[in-house]
Amino acid sequence: MTKATQPVHEPLLRIAKRDGIPFSKKVLIRAVAILLALVVDALFIFFVTGLNPLAVYGVMYQGTFATSVRFSWAMRDLATLLCVGIALAPAFKMRFWNIGAEGQVLIGGMATALTMVYLGSSLPAPLLFLAMFVASTAAGALWGFIPAWFKSRWNTNETLFTLMMNYVATSIVACLTNIMRGQASSLGTLNKATKAGWFPVLFGQRYTINVIVVLVLTFAMYAYLKYSKHGYEIAVVGESENTARYAGINVRRVMIRTMLISGAICGLCGFLIVAGKDQTISTTSAGGRGFTAIIVAWLAKFNTFYMALISFLLVFLERGASEIASAYSLNEYAADIITGIILFFILGSEFFINYRVVRRGETHKEGK
Amino acid sequence: MKKVLGILLAAVMAFSLAACSTGSTASGSTAEGGQTAEGASASDIKVGAILLGDETEGYTAAHINGIKQALENLGLTEDNIVWKYKVAEDSACMDAAEDLVGQGCDIIFSNSYGHQTYMVEAAEKYPDVTFVAMTGDFAALTGLDNFKNAFTKVYQSRYVSGVVAGMKLKELVESGELTTETQPDSFDADGNIKIGYVGAYSYAEVVSGYTAFYLGVRSVMPNVVMEVMYTNSWFDIDKEGAAAEALIANGCVIIGQHADSTGAPAATEKMLGTGRICYSIGYNIDMIDTAPNAALTSATNVWSVYYTEAIQAAMNGEEVPVDWAKGYDDGAVAITTLSDNCAEGTAEKVAEVEAALKDGSLQVFDTSTFTVGGETVTTAQVDLTFYDYSTGEPTVLYQGETKEAITDGYFSESELRSAPYFALRIDGITEDAEPVA
Repeated sequence: MTKATQPVHEPLLRIAKRDGIPFSKKVLIRAVAILLALVVDALFIFFVTGLNPLAVYGVMYQGTFATSVRFSWAMRDLATLLCVGIALAPAFKMRFWNIGAEGQVLIGGMATALTMVYLGSSLPAPLLFLAMFVASTAAGALWGFIPAWFKSRWNTNETLFTLMMNYVATSIVACLTNIMRGQASSLGTLNKATKAGWFPVLFGQRYTINVIVVLVLTFAMYAYLKYSKHGYEIAVVGESENTARYAGINVRRVMIRTMLISGAICGLCGFLIVAGKDQTISTTSAGGRGFTAIIVAWLAKFNTFYMALISFLLVFLERGASEIASAYSLNEYAADIITGIILFFILGSEFFINYRVVRRGETHKEGK
Repeated sequence: MKKVLGILLAAVMAFSLAACSTGSTASGSTAEGGQTAEGASASDIKVGAILLGDETEGYTAAHINGIKQALENLGLTEDNIVWKYKVAEDSACMDAAEDLVGQGCDIIFSNSYGHQTYMVEAAEKYPDVTFVAMTGDFAALTGLDNFKNAFTKVYQSRYVSGVVAGMKLKELVESGELTTETQPDSFDADGNIKIGYVGAYSYAEVVSGYTAFYLGVRSVMPNVVMEVMYTNSWFDIDKEGAAAEALIANGCVIIGQHADSTGAPAATEKMLGTGRICYSIGYNIDMIDTAPNAALTSATNVWSVYYTEAIQAAMNGEEVPVDWAKGYDDGAVAITTLSDNCAEGTAEKVAEVEAALKDGSLQVFDTSTFTVGGETVTTAQVDLTFYDYSTGEPTVLYQGETKEAITDGYFSESELRSAPYFALRIDGITEDAEPVA
């Protein structure tokens, strides 16, 4: 940007879409973005909080890497976020705006909780886990199916529909947990006495299974989208429904099938949260991941491995922020600003990867 | 070139401005936290604090201040404490506890009831660390010697705040300001004055609190009836405000509260401004800034009393009390500064009541001062067992005894265990069936 411009009268700066960009340049742009973010953050930290920016970055790093336990929590949180991202990928690739992951996760978690509470004492462990799995995926799939079916029948707006389904799910969870808590003032952990339906502890942690399941899903969804016939159909429907119809694809069927899958994986995520992580259910069990995962899926262009990277970044920032808040007795909002700035620059760098700024007089190629 | 530079400069300015304005709220606490950490500490004890909110929320702020005061009392510094803010009542609590153990904490406090089930798990896993679930109710039943509960006898300060409200009512009536002519809807068919209470949930903790408040009012003004409206939330400014407005619209002259926001006092102030006669009794923090004309006083906990005692015990290697409950006699509860809106003679009356509570000559739940279903209460069995109700039928998680709570003519609140268990619905108080919308 520091090159001299020639005195020709046309707009000073224009924005043009890039045709393509070599991998190395992508990496460079992202690296510059992160560096700039750290500089702006350093200014904020120094002038507003009066702390040493380098020390703050050190603490932020420790939020994830200080101990092996912290790292394993980061992996657990990554797995949860990534799981929702994986669930959303096929829907968004089909250009079906599934804003309802939050609700699909919650309803899956609720189904899991009900199953483990009411069948916990009567079924042996393997059958109980099977029942929980079936219940959660079925509930999630149902929550995905309803808006898809309405869209395919009457062309309803899926963005609004899935969004509304979140509130329905939240209210159902609020109502049922309120019934289940009985005279206690909060629900607490489920099956506390018997631990029925809790994932067994593997390698020292209950959530090891979560990580393994999501790892498998990451490969499976990658292959599904990239190599399967279904994945191809999803891509074509996403590009153009008319093309898909012309090519003989049953758009209605693809839409419903994809949303069943998307919802079912969200439901599965609810299962993992309840059985492997929280051992309880509440309206905040999904914790906004249904929405954060949209960023994950889009930023990664539905490549599940990139999604893992972006999830890691988000988890790293979140844990870093809370560690900064704790270590410096800072208000969490201040820590959130620090991570917010980083996120802002990273999102901003996507702009420079997809577009380029053409200065006055510079020769340029038109984008498509 | 100049233009490019100009744009860049402008962008940088905009960034720095935005960063400054949003960040300024946090700067105060930072400077404080950063600087106190420098002095040498009297002990190498490490205290962990798991907090539901942060200093922007009254309930947690009271705990933070209590802990800071305790550290100061004991000659400790910020080096001796690790804070965990905004820890939800889910597995995040377990994470926070484990992380604090990893950082070498010797004693770990959690400040919200819902943390308890996770704290007990941590206590089972780390027997060398003491875990305290503040406001919790089953530590004594678990048989774990490193798991504790603590709660103040806040019902005593609620009773005193009720006395303050009663004095105000008396003044309003005696001065002729509040009569069946000036505000007719504030009297029921029997001529009783209506007062209101914004409650969070219909738990024993809230029932115990509002009953104490009501009995305090009635000790000064015998002819009052109270309406309780629930918000089903511990912290919801809008709902608390709406509940207060609804209660005032129903004729209530005094609005008490057991919820953590400033919603109810703010709404009372607003209604007072429209010409209604209504005053507010707050909770946790002084509400005079929020409601300069309507606030009378607030009932509070003085948490530093407990934190000092518990941390000192841990420092000296002594046993931290399993089930701690103290009140006026140890300065663990109080009311905030009486505002100028209070009636003449309130301070003297308050001093008298506080003295009586301290020496034990006054019992808040004296059975001669209330009835249930028209009858004096002679027996109240309290089952201390902790149940899991999720399957529809109560399953025992921690077996406790069933004990008689009525002794020597009063209901002995917070003596069988620290967490409140007074759940009688006494005559003169009606709970609204529906929470505020």
